[in-house]
Amino acid sequence: MTGQPREVDVLIVGAGPAGLAAGAELAAADAGRVEILEREQEAGGIPRHCHHGGFGGRLERSAYAWASAAGSAYARKGTTGPDFARRGVAAAVAAGAALRTGVTVTGWAGPRTVETTGPAGPEQITARAVILATGARERPRSARLIPGTRPPGVYTTGELQQAVHLYGLRIGTRAVVVGDEPVGHAAVATLRAAGVHVVAVVTDRTAPALRLRSPRVPLLTGTTVTELTGRRRLSGVALRHHDGRTTTLRCDTVVLTGDFVPDHELARRGGIVLDPGTRGPAYDAAYRTSHPGVFAVGNLLHAVERAGYAAQEGRAVAVPVLHRLAGTEEAAGAGRRLVVDAPLRWIAPNVAGPDGARPVGDRFVLRTGRRLPRPLLVVSQDGRELHRQRLLSTAVPGRPFTLGAEWVDRVDPDGTDVRITAR
Amino acid sequence: MTVTLTTAGPLPSLDDAEATYDVVVVGAGVVGAAVARELARYRLRTALVDASDDIGNATSKANTAILHTGFDAVPGSLEARLVREGRDLLAAYAAEAGIPVERVGALLVAWDEDQLAALPGLRDKAERNGYHASRIIGADELRAREPHLGPGALGALDVPDESIICPWTTPLAFATQAVRAGVHLHLNCRVRDITPDADGHTLTTSRGPLRTRHLVNAAGLHADEIDRLLGHDVFTVTPRRGQLLVLDKLARPLVGHILLPVPGPAGKGVLVAPTVFGNVLLGPTAEDLDDKTATGSTADGIRLLREKGRRIVPGLLDEEVTAVYAGLRAATGQEDYRIQEYPGLRYVAVGGIRSTGLTASMAIGRHVMGLLTAVGLDPGEPHELPPLTMPNLGEAFPRPYRDAALIAADPAYGTLVCHCEQVTLGEIRDALTSTIPPHSPDGLRRRTRARGGRCQGFYCGAAVRALFEEERP
Repeated sequence: MTGQPREVDVLIVGAGPAGLAAGAELAAADAGRVEILEREQEAGGIPRHCHHGGFGGRLERSAYAWASAAGSAYARKGTTGPDFARRGVAAAVAAGAALRTGVTVTGWAGPRTVETTGPAGPEQITARAVILATGARERPRSARLIPGTRPPGVYTTGELQQAVHLYGLRIGTRAVVVGDEPVGHAAVATLRAAGVHVVAVVTDRTAPALRLRSPRVPLLTGTTVTELTGRRRLSGVALRHHDGRTTTLRCDTVVLTGDFVPDHELARRGGIVLDPGTRGPAYDAAYRTSHPGVFAVGNLLHAVERAGYAAQEGRAVAVPVLHRLAGTEEAAGAGRRLVVDAPLRWIAPNVAGPDGARPVGDRFVLRTGRRLPRPLLVVSQDGRELHRQRLLSTAVPGRPFTLGAEWVDRVDPDGTDVRITAR
Repeated sequence: MTVTLTTAGPLPSLDDAEATYDVVVVGAGVVGAAVARELARYRLRTALVDASDDIGNATSKANTAILHTGFDAVPGSLEARLVREGRDLLAAYAAEAGIPVERVGALLVAWDEDQLAALPGLRDKAERNGYHASRIIGADELRAREPHLGPGALGALDVPDESIICPWTTPLAFATQAVRAGVHLHLNCRVRDITPDADGHTLTTSRGPLRTRHLVNAAGLHADEIDRLLGHDVFTVTPRRGQLLVLDKLARPLVGHILLPVPGPAGKGVLVAPTVFGNVLLGPTAEDLDDKTATGSTADGIRLLREKGRRIVPGLLDEEVTAVYAGLRAATGQEDYRIQEYPGLRYVAVGGIRSTGLTASMAIGRHVMGLLTAVGLDPGEPHELPPLTMPNLGEAFPRPYRDAALIAADPAYGTLVCHCEQVTLGEIRDALTSTIPPHSPDGLRRRTRARGGRCQGFYCGAAVRALFEEERP
């Protein structure tokens, strides 16, 4: 590729809530040329197609909402996804960020040089600071290894929402929704908006976090999908309950919800170190990745937190980026990795920053792989206990819980990994 | 160029004397398409018919996508000869038509002493098949060339000319060239009955009757059924299911060669191979079934492949699976192709074309052409087919999204629709208006790679479907 070389001060990859907020903040802070690249034709990210309420409000809970489109306790707080997206775009543009849509970063040509393509042709853009904000996506059927035939009618929530809300495509008549993360609500609401009868919501968990607000939809717990059937069109979903019972639900549509993974391809192509738990870039409280001058924000780091949280991170990255531009960045030091023990799945940030820098909101975010009623979280390093904290609620798979950050200045920079254990 | 491609409605009327075809080829898989392309070189009225809505829509679309050398064929068999000839023909054709081929080479890896002891015999067999470049390498060289191989590999047979090829572009190229040269293509046209008479055959199809003087049966999994309609009981196709996993492109650096198992009593076993799309393939299973529609994957199959894959290249399983599919191979219980001409019937049966059929396809086409002459076809003089350039789907070759000049001429080639596979609006538009356009989103995927990547449509699925439905409501 013979891309035209160009230089900017800050290059942000991805114009979702995190990237737009970072762009707005940095442009407002006179960081020089701040350019946001968005590969879709429209900026805004996932909220563009989340037609439910609950974005950006005080009670906002998820980018994918607990709130159904039909309205709920949360729906009137904040705003809808598309509106949230529009506001994010307007704020970034008003602050003076250069927002370029339809431009895709296709790879790296140097430590802070990316290759792009778009209708105007290929380019090479070198930045003094790069911020990766490439987001997260739901794992598709193949990655979940669901056996069976490969008929049309199999969706993730993201594809379903776009098909219904952005393209007005026909979906089907009877749907099964798989997964009990909050996004399941959004899937049910979108199906209903498209006139599809929701046959059931299915989850392999025995005590799901999801509480369906609609009594019209049966929730099948402790149930796994064993096979998809049908040829020219999906004809059913075969299920097995933990107790051995099996059945097949007749349907022409199945929506695989949740099970988010960071869209980390660009980060990996650049050789950026990943955290084994989140599968996103390993990062510290200053959003620094393993590569100097390459920062990361939003759900690329932790799949997934709510849109408002991602935006908060976007704003927060501005300070360390400005330090980088001014040459006053703290030395990365020997940031110790934060490692979780099973059943904990991950913690974010997952590198102890320099000088005891604390994460946004003074809290670390965690996930568990198993339900833990009022767990005791213990932080230790080299057998030395740094902190312990009893959670007052139940930690549930697929839902965030937090750990206070008051212990970070006790991390020994010359010690080994910091371990976080749930008891 | 007048293209005759029908997908619905009546076929050319029998009342019209012109409507009688000289040759009808039943089955538009890679073999049928290759036969049709060969026939297209002559001034004949030829039709290619298929029960499905696309070219290469059964066994041909779900194979291991390897361009074989034929080093391990049964020496002296028809298969050995046609694979050897077909390989050279297809390699040359691919270069000319823009079908992606990568000569990555194969390593037959020995994991125990028995397998190690079998390597010299395999090398000798390769020699008998006219392939002289294979050699045995030791554990150290093997490790150096495949550093991500699992522990315990003792050595390998190096077969440097084994290559990977695009399994979708190949039959489509054959059919496109055939159709442009005047071959009629009738899709959604299932042959239900055949009535032979003194002048030829009347085929009863799902779209009405069809008349032909000569008949080629390239019906793959259903070749035995077509053969029986003509009163034969020569072979039975037992579908052998092969399930395969396609791993994310991020797995590609883990694998340098086609990693073949040493064939043992349990068959050819599971291989790991790069694909021309930049992914890694793991499979196939080998399950003898009696259902010719059982193209589903199973939990057991996926588990088996993951176990095998973990042993061969342990790091593979850390990567995401971007596709799970199953293909049915047309096994006939005989270790060779079953290609038979019947002069009295003006009929050629092409059965038992196994997984080597992609490699051998062009040689099979020529062979069948010869047999058609033997059963009474007078083809006349051949002419050169106009050259064809297929859109490149290969990762190792230039793609539109990187082509500054192409994008400058038409910005649609810089407008990415499918981000995982870097498929542009221009390529999708081209496919939708091509000589043999897709009739399903899956057909569009096989022509462009659109929505074939790691997200499987999370980002682009709705956009791709909207583009498809706009063109074909």
